[in-house]
Amino acid sequence: MPRYDIRINGAARTIETSDPDQPLLYALRGLGLTATKFGCGLGRCGACNVLVDGQAVQSCMAPVASLEGKSVTTLEGLGTPANPHPLQAAFIAAQVPQCGYCTSGVIISAAALLGEKPKPSEAEIRTALDGNLCRCGTHVRVVRAVLAASGQEG
Amino acid sequence: MTTSPDAPRLSRRTLLEGGALMVGFALGDALAPVGALAQGAARSAAAAAATRILDPKEVDAYLAINGDGTVTVWCGKVDLGQGLRVAIPQIAADELGIGLDRITYVEGDTALTPDQGRTAGSYGIARGGMQIRQAAATARKALVERAAHRLGVPADELVAADGAVRPRTGGAGLTFAELIGGARFDLKLDPKAPLKDPESYTLVGKPLPRPDVPAKCTGTLTYMHDHTVPGMLHARVIRPASVGAHLVSVDESSVADLPGVRVVRIQDFLAVVAADEWTAIKAAGALKAQWSAGSGLPAQAELPALLRASPGTTEQVLTTKSSTDAAPPPEDARSLTATYFWPMQSHASIGPSCAIADVSAAGATIWTASQGTHGNQATFARFLGLPKDKVRLIYLDGAGCYGMNSHEDAAADAAVLSRAVGAPVRVQWSRQDELGWDPKGPPQLIDIAGTIDAAGYIRDWRTDMWIPENTRGLPSIPLLAPEAAGLPQTPGLNSGMISQNGDPPYRTGRMQVVAHWLKTAPLRPAPLRSPGKPANCFAVESFLDELAAAAVLDPLQLRLSGLTDQRGKAVVEKIAEMMSWEQRPSPGPNSDQPVGRGRGLAYIHYKHDEAHVAIGMEVAVERASGAIRVERVFCAHDCGQIVNPDGVRAQVEGSIIQTLSRVLKEEVTFDRERVTSVDWSSYSLLTFSEVPKLDIALIDRPTEPPLGAGEAACAPVAAALANAVFDATGARLRTVPFTPERVKAALGGQASMPRT
Ligand code: FES
Ligand code: FES
Repeated sequence: MPRYDIRINGAARTIETSDPDQPLLYALRGLGLTATKFGCGLGRCGACNVLVDGQAVQSCMAPVASLEGKSVTTLEGLGTPANPHPLQAAFIAAQVPQCGYCTSGVIISAAALLGEKPKPSEAEIRTALDGNLCRCGTHVRVVRAVLAASGQEG
Repeated sequence: MTTSPDAPRLSRRTLLEGGALMVGFALGDALAPVGALAQGAARSAAAAAATRILDPKEVDAYLAINGDGTVTVWCGKVDLGQGLRVAIPQIAADELGIGLDRITYVEGDTALTPDQGRTAGSYGIARGGMQIRQAAATARKALVERAAHRLGVPADELVAADGAVRPRTGGAGLTFAELIGGARFDLKLDPKAPLKDPESYTLVGKPLPRPDVPAKCTGTLTYMHDHTVPGMLHARVIRPASVGAHLVSVDESSVADLPGVRVVRIQDFLAVVAADEWTAIKAAGALKAQWSAGSGLPAQAELPALLRASPGTTEQVLTTKSSTDAAPPPEDARSLTATYFWPMQSHASIGPSCAIADVSAAGATIWTASQGTHGNQATFARFLGLPKDKVRLIYLDGAGCYGMNSHEDAAADAAVLSRAVGAPVRVQWSRQDELGWDPKGPPQLIDIAGTIDAAGYIRDWRTDMWIPENTRGLPSIPLLAPEAAGLPQTPGLNSGMISQNGDPPYRTGRMQVVAHWLKTAPLRPAPLRSPGKPANCFAVESFLDELAAAAVLDPLQLRLSGLTDQRGKAVVEKIAEMMSWEQRPSPGPNSDQPVGRGRGLAYIHYKHDEAHVAIGMEVAVERASGAIRVERVFCAHDCGQIVNPDGVRAQVEGSIIQTLSRVLKEEVTFDRERVTSVDWSSYSLLTFSEVPKLDIALIDRPTEPPLGAGEAACAPVAAALANAVFDATGARLRTVPFTPERVKAALGGQASMPRT
């Protein structure tokens, strides 16, 4: 069975799969990393976003084989309840999630943005998140939390 | 694929083993993870299931004082992200007289929680919470009486606070644990047990953080989609190629090269089952099946006309009021008629539905994100052929569902499959099936005729609505799996009261509302957040503005002059203040500009006895493209006593944004065979860039009963927007969604209403 060496949340992992086209999403969830969610499998909602070498990538569209040698970070890898990433802390403080199903992908997209641009404008935040859908309507709180996490109180 | 041995899978599973999600509170620590108490508590809960009192008339069904002085609260309503997990404990802790940090909360498990009805209609707090408040008040009264007896002090000289009953004047008391710890109350809910003075509440009214938020932000909450059961198999169901099609043949050899795939066929129910999810997905894609022609769908463009002409319609007068004024209308009176249409819409959950079932001859356990944990019990028992008490449903968080999406169907799929293969089965729906096959918010066609005089008095009003009969509040939504598999069904869910709020909430002369109940409607209708009310309020509140424009009156003043309800007046006045409303008729002064700017508002007294909500909007409309830009939304919201202001605010934000999405963009499309809006391109939602600024004013009425806050603010959104577009351009939109094409058509003077 083909094996792929991928760094996941800082640890070297080997993923074995008979199908190199298997999307990363299923490999991650199979490892118990279930923060990353299945929303469409079509690259249209952002629920499955993860960081690959710092960029936001839709894990439902990324075959495991394409990740060989890359570094993947999921929401679990950003921080923990006891030691949250600044974005996670800001999302908690702003009480962002309702159902929370979109939240992992939204935080990942925001982390990719802040990696590139530490103090984005409100319009830049919104544009960066246009690939993330939220049905519960948490958008206003999301924007406020990203501003707060980047040291710009919304 | 294989997972490495150190996969943290087992620890996730044990968190929920044997029971529902439990929440513990650590006050002042916003990062306390959900489930901090869960591991041990869940196991003891499983053991406790055998001895639980579930009768909703009993105090013991809702709460217990444990031997260590902590309190367990059981709630049959579930938290869908709307915050019941903190709001109900706030209510219970305050009424009982104990700190929130001493409460353990258990929700939505038919083996553990009392049946408080479906979590729907915004009744989570207003009904579910009030039952628990009454249970807590009954319990407190009993605790005080016990203490009076043991201390030899009159009951009215004692108070319950901080988990103990003490003399009001101070001195030694007895803790709840000393009074009853570990034993049952054996008391019926006493409707006369006095409630505390709202002034004395210390938790109710506070914006306490929701306990599940840290877990949702760090990926540690176990959603339905994340839950696993030992020995569980993964399945995908293959839906018919067309609505109503029958399965003719299946070519099992088409999946023969995929390892361990099993094809399950029961009449027209077809599924593939595999050991892992990706194999099941691939098998579902590879399986070759032949389907008969479907039962057909109407031509979409003809839908409004078909509703109006539908044979076998029954009429029902919902409201009628005769006029005392027999005189003919004065000459300056203006009479208008208009037709409004609201299309079918999807719940459009971000996560396609998922469920797990473990069914054997002895009984069934079903994990589901459905809002009807208890309500599904009889339905599932019937088609599984099991006694009701042998069917256990356990709620786990899912993607928000806002009524009845496909959670119930996924659970039925899993149950039918688990019984067929003799192992626990997890069913995950696809995006295409979720948008294609979820039961839909039904189409609504509404005519209004009315007469207004120059002084703004509405002399005459008549609403006619054409709506599907099976939305009449009857339990009538069939589930897909038992239907396809030919199993008997007792449908247990209904689609909400979609006929409410078809009458104007203002002083009128003669007034009548008539429902034309349609025998059939395309696709399964279901409750979708604020069932029916967004359309009815769209028609009523748009028409009010049409009357105002005809009489050349300011639409806000017209509402104030017609409102008799003081709380209604207060929210409309609040909107006037928030928007610095300038008194003038619509359309506004720049309505002929290339980019017209305007303002509009709408009001509802939700279901006539719930929240009062007024919404105002500021919009810009570009004539050339027909694009509407919603710049600002204002909302004044009175839902009585506010239990958790931040929770209410989040619900109002969500109601407004979600409904704006519905009004600007959403319509289920279909051809003559099937639904064609099955992905996020063909059924698109509002994006971050399109979400406007929101200004929300919550009006707290601490001494009034709490009313639902989960959906009332959905209702006025469409009319407020249509009225603002009219103010900005002079064009009147009467069909949802307000696409650029419809705006351009309305600007060009064509009626935006399809032919009827
Ligand atoms: S699940 Fe990957 S983009 Fe939707
Ligand atoms: S919080 Fe529910 S979809 Fe975003």
